[in-house]
Amino acid sequence: MNISRKTFVKFAALPFVALAAKGARSKPNGPRWGMAIDHRNCAKDEGCTLCTDACHLTHNVPTIPDARREVKWVWKERFSKVFPSEYLPARLENASGPVMCNHCENPPCTRVCPTGATFKRPDGIVMMDWHRCIGCRYCMAACPYGSRSFNWSDPRPHIRSVNAAYPCRTKGVVEKCTFCVERLDVGKAPLCSEACPEKALIFGDLNDPRSEIRTLLSARYGLRRRTELGTRPSVFYIL
Amino acid sequence: MLRLEKTVSGGRAYRIWLLCLAAVIATGFACYLRQLDYGLAVTGMSRDITWGLYIAQFTFTVGIAASAVMVVLPYYLHDYKAFGPMLILGEFVAISAVLMCMLFIFADMGQPARVLNVMLHPAPQSMMFWDMVSLSIYLLLNTIIASVTLAAERRELPPPTWIRSLILLSIPWAVSIHTVTAFLYCGLPGRSFWLTAILAPRFLASAFASGPALLILLWLLLSKLTHVKAGGEAVRKLAVIATYAMLLNVFFVLLELFTALYSGIPGDAEHFRYLYLGLDGHFSLVPWMWVSAGLAILSLVLLLRPATRENHRTLALACVFVFVSLWIDKGVAMVVGGFVPSPMGAVTGYAPTAPEIAIAAGIWALGALVATVLIKLAILVRGGLAGRAAPLRAVDKNLLEVSH
Repeated sequence: MNISRKTFVKFAALPFVALAAKGARSKPNGPRWGMAIDHRNCAKDEGCTLCTDACHLTHNVPTIPDARREVKWVWKERFSKVFPSEYLPARLENASGPVMCNHCENPPCTRVCPTGATFKRPDGIVMMDWHRCIGCRYCMAACPYGSRSFNWSDPRPHIRSVNAAYPCRTKGVVEKCTFCVERLDVGKAPLCSEACPEKALIFGDLNDPRSEIRTLLSARYGLRRRTELGTRPSVFYIL
Repeated sequence: MLRLEKTVSGGRAYRIWLLCLAAVIATGFACYLRQLDYGLAVTGMSRDITWGLYIAQFTFTVGIAASAVMVVLPYYLHDYKAFGPMLILGEFVAISAVLMCMLFIFADMGQPARVLNVMLHPAPQSMMFWDMVSLSIYLLLNTIIASVTLAAERRELPPPTWIRSLILLSIPWAVSIHTVTAFLYCGLPGRSFWLTAILAPRFLASAFASGPALLILLWLLLSKLTHVKAGGEAVRKLAVIATYAMLLNVFFVLLELFTALYSGIPGDAEHFRYLYLGLDGHFSLVPWMWVSAGLAILSLVLLLRPATRENHRTLALACVFVFVSLWIDKGVAMVVGGFVPSPMGAVTGYAPTAPEIAIAAGIWALGALVATVLIKLAILVRGGLAGRAAPLRAVDKNLLEVSH
C-alpha cells in the first residue's frame, strides 16, 4: 500500500477535525431543561398527589407496600426535610412539596456509573438506560438527594394497571424521573407539570431568558437543594 | 505433572474440613439461586441502605488481598530472608482473597448477567471500573508469580529472572487495589462519613494489621497440623508488623472521631453517633462497635508487651482479636455507617437476612477452600513449606552454574 506523506497528514488530521466539530456542537445553544416548583400554588391543596399519580401511572412505577423498598419518581416530602431550618413560617412548618431527580448540571450519579447506563444528555436531562444497568447501585450511593430507586424484586406484581405504551422495568435495575423525555420529544411538557391544576410545577428551558421558568426565577428567588455540594440542580423551589 | 486430585486427598480431619467447606458453599449457592430468581429483596438492604454485607465483606477482603505485600516487600526489597517460607502463603492467601472480593461484588449485582458491561462500555471516570481493572490485574500477577515460582521449584530450577519484575510490580499494585477501593467511597459528595482523605491510609493500616494477623494464625495452625517447621523468626517479624499497623489503624480512627465530633458538624458527627451510641431508636450496631473497640484495645495490650507478643499462645489470641475487631469495623460498620443517617436525615435499620449471611459465608468458605487446596499443593511440591531456595536476585549466576 502506497500512502503519500500528504495523504497521511490529511488522514492523521481527521480525528482533530472531528474533535473540533464535537467541541463546536457542545456549545450551550440548545435548551437546558429545568423545573421551578412554586410552593404557594402547591400548598393550596396539601393532600393532593396528582403529580405523583400521573407520573407513576403512566410510567409503570410500582406501588410497593414496604417503604424500605419503594420505587418513586416524583413524590411529596416534608419541607422541613428538604430545606432543614428552624422557626419556619407557619405555612411551611408542616407542609410538604414535590421532590424528584434534580437533573443536576454536574451529576455525581453519572460520574460513578461503571457502564455509562446513567448519563447526561446535552439538554441537561440525566437519563437511565435500563438495559445496560448492572444494578450495582453505586449511583444511589452517589445521589445526595435520594432520588433514585432500585427494583429489589420484580416490579410487575405491584403495578396496578400496566401502561403498554411505556416500558416496564425488570428486577435488579435502578430507575428515576426522566423529565418525561418521551413527551419532550413530541413537544409536550412533563406529566407532573401538566397534571398540576394549580400550575405549581413550571417546566421550561433554563437557557432561554424569555422562557416562563426564567421569567419566574428572575422575579422570585429560587432555592435549590444542597447547592454546597456543587451538583447544580435544575429543579428550583420558590417559597 | 502434579495432579490436582492429590490436593483433596489427605487424612480424615482434612477430608472432613473439605466436606464442611463444601457444605457451606452449597448452602450459599442455593441461597444465591434464590436471590437470582427473586432479586436482592432477599437481603436486608433498602432504599436508604443500598449496600450491605456483600460490599462490606468485599472491602474487608480487598484488605486481606493487599496485605500479601507485607511479606513480599521485606523479602524482595530488603532481602529479609526469614520471610521466604511465608511468601507462598501470602500469595495464596492473596489469590483466595481476590477471588472472594470478585464474588462479593458479583453477589451484590442486581443484574449479574450484565456484569461484563463494565468491560464492554468502559467508564474511566467511575472508580468501580478502576477497581475491577486493578483487582483483575492483581489476581493475574499473584497467580503468575505463585505458579511460576512453584513450578520452578518442582523442577529444582531457579525461577526465571523475568518474574522478578512482576513481583516488584505487585508491591505498588497491592497498595493500589486498596487505594482504589477507598476511592469508591471517598469521592461521593453527599456521604460525609466516607468523604475523608484519610480513608485510603486507614484502609491500608487495617489491611496490614488484619492480613498479617491471618498469616500468623495460618502459620501457627499449619505448624500444628503438618510437619511444616514453625518459622519462629518470620512469625516474630509479622507480629511486629501487625502491631505497628494496628496502632496506626487505631490512631486513624481516633483522628476521624476527633474531626467529626470536635467540629460538631451534624452531617459528620451523626454517623459516629449512630455507630457508637445509636440514633432514633436504632442501636443494632452499637454492641458490635464496642466489641470491636474493646478487642482492638485488648489486642494492642497483648501485642505491645514483648512477653505476650513472643508467646505463640497469647500471640494467636491477639491475632484473633485484631482480625475480629477489624472485621467488624470494616466488614460491617464502614459501609452501613456511611448510609445512616441518609442524606435526607432518615435513620433506617439494617440487619442482614439469613440468605444474605449464607451467601456471604459461602463465599468465605470458597475462599478457604481455594486457600486450603493451594497450600496443600505447596506442601506437596516442597515436602513442607520451607522457603524459596534463595532470594531471586542471587538466582541468575551461581545457581545456574551449579545445575550445569
